[in-house]
Amino acid sequence: MLTTILLSPLVAMLIVLALPPHRQFAIKVVSAIGAGITLVLSLYMAYDFLVNGLSGFQYREQIPWISDLGITYHLGVDGLGMAMVLLTAIVIFTGVFVSWKIEYRAKEFFALLLLLVTGVFGVFMSLDLFFFFFFYELAVLPMYLLIGVWGSTRKEYAAMKLVLMLLAGSILVWTGLLALYVQSGINSFDFLRLREVHFSREFQTLWFPFFFVGFGVLAGLWPFHTWSPDGHVAAPTAVSMLHAGVLMKLGAFGIIRVGLELLPEAARLWTPFFIILGTINVLYGAFSAMAQRDLKFVIGYSSVSHMGYVIIGISALTATALNGAMLQMFSHGIMTALFFALVGAIYDQAHTREIAAFGGLARRMPIVAAYFTVAGLASLGLPGLSGFVAEALIFLGTFQYNWIFGILAVFGVVLTATYILRLLARAFYGPLNPAWTGLRDALRSETFAMTILVLTLVIVGVYPRLLTDPINTTVAPLIERVGGLK
Amino acid sequence: MDLSLFLPDLVLAGAAIIVFLLDLVLRPGRKEPLGILSIIGLLATAVAALFHIGVRAGAFGGLWVVDAFSTFFKVFFALAAAAVVIASLDYLRRWLTYPGEYISILMFATLGMTAIASANELLTAYICLELFSFSTYVLAAWSRRDRKSHEAGLKYIILGAMSSAVLLYGISLLYGLFRTTYFPEIAAALRSGQEFGPALWVGLVLVLAGLGFKVSAVPFHIWTPDVYEGAPLPITAYLSIASKTAGFVFLLRFFSVGLLPLVESWWALFAALSFATMFVGNLVAIWQRNIKRLLAYSSISQAGYLLLGLAALTGQSPDPAATGMIFHLAGYGISNMAVFLAVIAFYNLTGRDEIRDLAGLSQRAPFVALALTAGLFSLAGMPLFAGFFTKFYLFTAAAQVGLLWLVAIAVLNSIISLFYYLIVVKEMYISEPAELSPLPVPALVNVVLFVLVAGQFVVGIYPEWLIQWARAASAVLTS
Repeated sequence: MLTTILLSPLVAMLIVLALPPHRQFAIKVVSAIGAGITLVLSLYMAYDFLVNGLSGFQYREQIPWISDLGITYHLGVDGLGMAMVLLTAIVIFTGVFVSWKIEYRAKEFFALLLLLVTGVFGVFMSLDLFFFFFFYELAVLPMYLLIGVWGSTRKEYAAMKLVLMLLAGSILVWTGLLALYVQSGINSFDFLRLREVHFSREFQTLWFPFFFVGFGVLAGLWPFHTWSPDGHVAAPTAVSMLHAGVLMKLGAFGIIRVGLELLPEAARLWTPFFIILGTINVLYGAFSAMAQRDLKFVIGYSSVSHMGYVIIGISALTATALNGAMLQMFSHGIMTALFFALVGAIYDQAHTREIAAFGGLARRMPIVAAYFTVAGLASLGLPGLSGFVAEALIFLGTFQYNWIFGILAVFGVVLTATYILRLLARAFYGPLNPAWTGLRDALRSETFAMTILVLTLVIVGVYPRLLTDPINTTVAPLIERVGGLK
Repeated sequence: MDLSLFLPDLVLAGAAIIVFLLDLVLRPGRKEPLGILSIIGLLATAVAALFHIGVRAGAFGGLWVVDAFSTFFKVFFALAAAAVVIASLDYLRRWLTYPGEYISILMFATLGMTAIASANELLTAYICLELFSFSTYVLAAWSRRDRKSHEAGLKYIILGAMSSAVLLYGISLLYGLFRTTYFPEIAAALRSGQEFGPALWVGLVLVLAGLGFKVSAVPFHIWTPDVYEGAPLPITAYLSIASKTAGFVFLLRFFSVGLLPLVESWWALFAALSFATMFVGNLVAIWQRNIKRLLAYSSISQAGYLLLGLAALTGQSPDPAATGMIFHLAGYGISNMAVFLAVIAFYNLTGRDEIRDLAGLSQRAPFVALALTAGLFSLAGMPLFAGFFTKFYLFTAAAQVGLLWLVAIAVLNSIISLFYYLIVVKEMYISEPAELSPLPVPALVNVVLFVLVAGQFVVGIYPEWLIQWARAASAVLTS
């Protein structure tokens, strides 16, 4: 099951590589099938988790790999892993359709996109820390070419900055993993076995920040977030979707999986510090988003701000907040993918993203405007959409932890509402700017992709237990382990 | 005495002599059979070496040993040399003269290397070292029309001869102290608890300096960029892969057999060398505009990672650090060979070797660009490619003996190296090319590139077999 999900994009990539470059339609169909298989399988997993009330690590597969170092190919997903795999599958599937119009070196584009997503799936499924790290790096590297070749706006600078910053974070992670391995003395990189080891308090205290910061770079943790707006803006649409939607979650996932689970005692000690950084993330990101004039930069900074909620939710160490953080990872992934898909649809026709240059786009692009409104409302936490549930849980949990952070976090929503509503009003509503009478609505492939994303937002918003139930099976034992508030 | 213990080396020597003599008979312009013959000879050497799998024996009273370690590296050197000959075929035709002598000298150099893998004694190792060093001095200056090549040859021979003198002086001091040049007996003398005084340190440091030159460790690396730039490209590849590995083979056997009892004292020397070598190699590489000089500094930095392995030796059997070094050398050899072969193919077709000349290579010769990218990513230690696994293994071994701080430095350096490798990748994939004409890459080059790229993936994804082999090779050093 999991191996199939992992390998189907990889196999699709190999087929794409074997196809001649001018067979563009075939390339896209193969990519869509590869992504489609992952979507079907992960939907089945979600169904399985929900109906059968599964908990713990499921669908495990284990094959010995390198006996010397105790490395095994070990896959398995728990509730959180399942939600993340589902998120990845949705985003890559829609990402392929949003990229349908790409014609410039399409073969290489889709091959790299599929390689990237293989890495992402691998991280969410790996129960062996070697492979976890292996896929983690694999998910970063293709970004360089994807942004560098198909991007816009200072693309070479942004691509290099992004790759080097993220891999600089992985220096900390790699060193930390080796420290764990050596300290455990069990000659194994297996997550489940390392979880049984009790690491001394001093050891945990020393190494916890390595993981939090190392993974935090990818999660957009302030002040290491600067790659993120540049990277999101420069990247082509599907890559922005994957990047902001899924890759940033890899960072948060790593913090939870390696940081909290393996070093629980240090988590209690260090999280008061990181919750401050998370709060800065929320406020700084929101203020920066307000100041932007480029549509994509607004979304880029809003991602920084929203990832701040995830960091707050993790750092509060209460069951409610952690549930919220994990749901926010999913919800923000879908929402921001939708945002970037929409911005891409506009930019491809208008060739500008200057907010001030637009006006009244709703008259020419009704679907885009309507969907943008949905995404915007999800972003500011309107009830009925998934963002509301996630953020409400985070706020509740944070208030339980400390009311000051609770208030600051809620204040972030006010800021979000300000820049989102202002953006909507300026760009989409009001009188039509005569320069844009030539615009047409989104292409059919784009509409298809965006509809899936909107539906996901609504379904999760109306019936969040679809995800919170499985997620809670991860949260409950984790909070027990960390000793946080249940 | 069992002559079969010399089988691979005799095959190689025989093939080299046949090539040399046949060259006298063949008329100019009809030298193609020599290349094919030498490739066959080198492959036969590798096969002959494989006959010794599982053999562990000595000859000439232990001066010459055949064991898993020697077998591993004999195969390595023979295959590396075969790849270099293949890389040279087109190059010779286009840019060089006297192909017969070139190829046979290359084979004699390889003989020095396969022999050094078996040398269990300082003088034998020294003579083997000189055999391949002198051959490469000559080869570096082979390009008669290119003044840079002359300069490279001259620099290389003067500095090389000096380093040999230093090495020899160190060896003579050690001989004076131990009254033997055999590695196991040196170890026995050290274990006996006898005091040797400061002369031991002088000797040791001199040996280290002499060998540091061969593996281009900082601060003995000054020759590397100039020689790599001036020498004909296939010779640069040969220096960077085979010659460097031969230096490490000497170091590994000498330090992990002969000087192991003193490891507590000398590991810090290697740690310091490793630190300096990684940083200098990588930080200077960033500024290079010429692909040969870039690869020279990249090759210096790679020596830094390997020196880290030497600093982490402990003498367990098998020693994880030694296993890691052998494993990394194999991965490095495959990756770097792919890089050089791609660069040579490009140079043959365009006559250019600046990094910016690579612009648009992904459209002009997609497979060459892919192979070059794979090789560079592998050198940087990126997943899917050999370098990730080999570095991971080596670094884990070093972390286990408490060198985690140096491992962190090494990981940092890997990211620095990724920066300048990405600049090359950027030219190939992102920059707009000045011209778009496809490059007609010879089929043989494509085939070898394919094998090397496939090898990187195999080592990068499931290297258990190679690790086991490297383990067997390192086990004989310490037991």
